[in-house]
Amino acid sequence: MPIPLRIPTALRGFTDGLNQVELEGATVRELLKSLTQTYPDLTTHLYDDEGTLRSFVNVFVDNVNVKSLNGQDTEVKPGQTVTLVPAIAGGGPR
Amino acid sequence: MNVVDLVGHTPIVTLDKLTPPSGARVWAKAEFLNPSGSVKDRAARAMILEGLSNGRFGRDKALIDATSGNTGVAYAMIGAALDRRVILYMPANANYERKSLIKAYGAEIVETDPLEGSDGAFLSAEKAYLGNPGKYFFPNQYHNPANPLAHYGSTGPEIWEQTGGAVTHFVNSLGTSGTFVGTARFLKEKNGSVKTLIVQPDSPFHGIEGTKHMGSTLKPDIYDVSLVDGEERVSTAEAVAMAKRLAKETGLLVGISAGANVTAALRIASRLGPSGNVVTILGDSGSRYFSDGTWDG
Repeated sequence: MPIPLRIPTALRGFTDGLNQVELEGATVRELLKSLTQTYPDLTTHLYDDEGTLRSFVNVFVDNVNVKSLNGQDTEVKPGQTVTLVPAIAGGGPR
Repeated sequence: MNVVDLVGHTPIVTLDKLTPPSGARVWAKAEFLNPSGSVKDRAARAMILEGLSNGRFGRDKALIDATSGNTGVAYAMIGAALDRRVILYMPANANYERKSLIKAYGAEIVETDPLEGSDGAFLSAEKAYLGNPGKYFFPNQYHNPANPLAHYGSTGPEIWEQTGGAVTHFVNSLGTSGTFVGTARFLKEKNGSVKTLIVQPDSPFHGIEGTKHMGSTLKPDIYDVSLVDGEERVSTAEAVAMAKRLAKETGLLVGISAGANVTAALRIASRLGPSGNVVTILGDSGSRYFSDGTWDG
């Protein structure tokens, strides 16, 4: 069952303007992999050259930052919403 | 004299330890020494004083505006000093230090959708103002000419004087663009050969707090692209690494946008001969980034 992933304005230029996409995956890592497979241009904005998620990318499952859970191995279940949130408040695009 | 009178007249330092031997000299204006801790004190003071003098900020009105943090802290400090109510619209993901400082000064925060960033906060503040314009003074920092004028009248002249008129390049990142526009305009009027350049994040999704990626955001009315002689693209990783270098190698504990600015300034300096003088801005203190984990590791 697909999980909704909310996209911040800064990245909607890479998701055909969509503010939410539905993706398959059992963990945050699988969801993000599915996201970058669907929208490959997002990859360099989310991951560095070593394939590590950039430090300023925060992922929330419902209202909890996965950094305080199991990181990218955090499980996601139907009914939950995953959100990509920039670490900064300033300069966010529209 | 009160705290509002302490804004500006910040010192300038040279970054000789970081500059290539054959390169230009790099000067960095220590704006984090303003009384609320950032360059934003200058524009906030100018916009508020203008509102008081022209009657738009009447005694019965509350100041309302959007901010990602530093301007909000400046408004809150000045509001406290002048005994005025301040209401700030901020993305909910604005950092802990900024929200805490604003509350310490007694101002109020209205949180907006973090996914919409500072543009979302601006539209929310504008909507609240337009819903009841008689109740609020809306400085509108992205669109208020008093913002760049503050820098035209203070930051620019201070840099000119402190470098003895030797400045050849000025480079700065853009938030509202007020610091860049006002300073660049003044320096170019003093010497038409001064080159003024902007710093841009290398991605619309970045971690350089307070810095606008102009290609993908609402363009502030005060932004004057005719002043832009060039652009330096800086990654978040480069900006953070430079902020850490500045702390460890120069003793300057400054924020991420300062790291981005110095990264750009050193690049420009390395392309110039020793007669060049590159000036940039240290906009805020590194002490505003502890909760983000910036200094960990």
